[in-house]
Amino acid sequence: MGRYVIRRLLQMVPVFIGTTFLIFVMVYALGDPVAAMFGDRTPDPATAAQIRESLHLNDPLWSQYLQYMAGIFQGDFGTAFNGTPVAELMGSAFPNTVKLTLVAFAIEVVVGVGLGVVAGLRRGRFVDTGVLVFTLLVISIPTFVTGYLLQYFVGVKLGWAAPAVSVDVRLDELILPGIVLAGVSLAYVARLTRTSIAENIRSDYIRTATAKGLPRRRVVGVHLLRNSLIPVITFLGTDIGALMGGAIVTERIFNIQGVGYQLYQGILRQNSPTVVGFVTILVVVFLAANLIVDLLYAVLDPRIRYA
Amino acid sequence: MRGAKSATWVAGAIVVALGATACGGGSSSSSAEAGVVRANWGDPQNPLEPANTNEVLGGKVLDMIFSNLKRYDPKTGEAKNASAESIESKDQQNFTIKVKKGLKFSNGEPVTAQSFVDAWNYGALSTNTQKNSYFFADIEGYDKVAPAEGKPTAKTLSGLKVVDDHTFTVKLNQKLSTWPVRLGYNAFAPLPKMFFDKHDEYLAKPVGNGPYAVESYDKGKQMKLVPNKNFTGENKPQNKGVLLKVYTDSNAAYADLQSGNLDVNDDIPAEQIKNAKSDLKGNYLSQPAGIMQAVTFPLYKAEWNKDGMEKVRKGLSMAIDRKAITDKVYNGTRTPATDLTSPVLGDANGYSKDVCGDTCTYNPAEAKKLIAEGGGIPGGKMTISYNADKDSHKQWVDAVCNSINNVVGDDKACVGNPVGTFGDFRNQITKGEMAMPFRAGWQMDYPQIENFLTPLYATGGASNDAKFSDPKFDELLKQAGAEADTKKATDLYKQAEKVVLDKVVSIPLWYQNGTAGWSEKVSDVHINAFSLPVFTDIKVKS
Repeated sequence: MGRYVIRRLLQMVPVFIGTTFLIFVMVYALGDPVAAMFGDRTPDPATAAQIRESLHLNDPLWSQYLQYMAGIFQGDFGTAFNGTPVAELMGSAFPNTVKLTLVAFAIEVVVGVGLGVVAGLRRGRFVDTGVLVFTLLVISIPTFVTGYLLQYFVGVKLGWAAPAVSVDVRLDELILPGIVLAGVSLAYVARLTRTSIAENIRSDYIRTATAKGLPRRRVVGVHLLRNSLIPVITFLGTDIGALMGGAIVTERIFNIQGVGYQLYQGILRQNSPTVVGFVTILVVVFLAANLIVDLLYAVLDPRIRYA
Repeated sequence: MRGAKSATWVAGAIVVALGATACGGGSSSSSAEAGVVRANWGDPQNPLEPANTNEVLGGKVLDMIFSNLKRYDPKTGEAKNASAESIESKDQQNFTIKVKKGLKFSNGEPVTAQSFVDAWNYGALSTNTQKNSYFFADIEGYDKVAPAEGKPTAKTLSGLKVVDDHTFTVKLNQKLSTWPVRLGYNAFAPLPKMFFDKHDEYLAKPVGNGPYAVESYDKGKQMKLVPNKNFTGENKPQNKGVLLKVYTDSNAAYADLQSGNLDVNDDIPAEQIKNAKSDLKGNYLSQPAGIMQAVTFPLYKAEWNKDGMEKVRKGLSMAIDRKAITDKVYNGTRTPATDLTSPVLGDANGYSKDVCGDTCTYNPAEAKKLIAEGGGIPGGKMTISYNADKDSHKQWVDAVCNSINNVVGDDKACVGNPVGTFGDFRNQITKGEMAMPFRAGWQMDYPQIENFLTPLYATGGASNDAKFSDPKFDELLKQAGAEADTKKATDLYKQAEKVVLDKVVSIPLWYQNGTAGWSEKVSDVHINAFSLPVFTDIKVKS
């Protein structure tokens, strides 16, 4: 198992280099960022030349990339055009996004699995149909629509919550954005859990457990859930990355100065250090979440062994 | 034991993953304080250095924390002495500037002639990469500190000389009578010594000599400003401070304004303009600002510059129904243009209600005739290029093209040509690669007609994107620059403007309005010529 983990961690290195290079090339392909810095005005040639030189824009692409990577390995993620080091931007943006993701994740797990279990245990009944219709509704509405609607009705009309999150990013302010962000995934989790539960409840080991005379709580809570949650956990694992990515839309709507905001600014201003730095970290999170999911398999299903 | 061992590894991996994501971050409270105006803001594009700030977000702060030699009256746009005691010149080329005595920066340092000279030298030196450096281009010695190619050969401008603590002289490259008007622009702000000695400290918390002082700056989140105790000027703050809150999206700010978590919002989202007046119970205003939108012709392309094309260009201008477009597309947040400047200048500084005349008046029949007489649109088809990444230009470009197509009776005669990014769009323009007309916007730096003419239309002008060149125009600019009497100088500039309009170098479209909405907690909200709220005037109800 230890070897497996190390191998997987080592596999992240080429993925890391590959993604940073790809994103670097893509931002580079957007063209020269200097002209855009001067608005509708033609840049002063002397100043533009000095800016190009200070940003190494005159060097070939590979050389720019190497200089950028050399910086990263010394802990220097470069500087945004407003003079703030990208590392500092990350320090202020990631905690907010992580907070939002965790709130959404918690809502998704508790509500999604809960609904799924209830629906799965009462298959074909009214509750089951209700959950089915509800999830269909949630899946079919795009996030930004639910976002703006909830913001307007809950935030502006009813005044139950502030429509925009304050700079403190308190947890209670994150409930509304959390619900919006979790919405679609929550529906998938509920459906996945329901199917899995409905299938496993008729399997041999459940009948055996019930025949053994185990209390129903233990049959459902340990035997049924542990086996039924394997596909759900796969989904949840990959969904952490998706949530952090999806947070970009939710963050903009609810005024959370997180990763999405910084990425948006970085792209608009064509600042490659910002974009590459933030996306790279997102990639690492995605990889790490996948690794954890794979490892969790072994915990949940003793039949799986990693050599 | 297998299970336990796996669990350990899982835990280990989780720790690694969390280590990759979790970082500490400080935060501070933002609850409403009595007497403090909460206003919306965005992350400035550049560090908050005066000579490096060329957009409104940074400008909003600099406007509050600096008091320049001149100050533009928020109502009339007139440039009045602020930090300057007097600005005098006998020959319109050598200026003697006296700084008021006893002025102080918010950190207690005195404001002297040296504070200005050091700041301007810093702004001009090309190795400091200040984006407003061209503002110093008229001062003697600029070609030494910022040569178009190679390293600077001097560190300071030879045209700037400190006479005594409160006097300095400026020598310009050529006569320019209206030069003092531009001294209200932020690029000419004085800088304290700490800007040079402790630059990082300055960037973390800028220090100026204006009505407000920065109390705290949480980058990318908010900035808190309080009245500057050392400020002695006329425009003292009528409130206990301003809290600038960074919003990720203008809709979020608007929602916050509606629910009373924000007091002043000068960035009302375009789709809300229609409802803003009723949503905000009348606490809304929209008025022209110093921003001019136009469509410029690439006069460096022979097919747009040959004989007879003036008629086509004029015809195209007359084919545009400005009134309908500003009403329908913009809900009245644009005002149809009647000259090349902006109404905020007022008559005194060169605005004119009629100089564009019939060129700017919608007249389909005459337009069709002129276009036909001039030989028609080159090749029978034209495009209008715009950048597609921000400010939704597509809507109005399509509307303008539609208007032209209706006039010439061909629904494919004019189409929009989106360019992916603003940077790419500007690069194509500056490199002279545009084969067809393109969108042009001009945000004034100072309220004076000269700012709308010299950079845009003078031969070799810094932003002369059409590559227009006309000896008569250049001569008039020169005469105006040498004219000591401001009124006469303005008249000469107006004559020069007429030359550009007669040639229809660009199609003046409309003036962009500044808009602002405010909560019931505040009163006396105005916006100035730069479409910024006049924060010093705002009163907070208790």
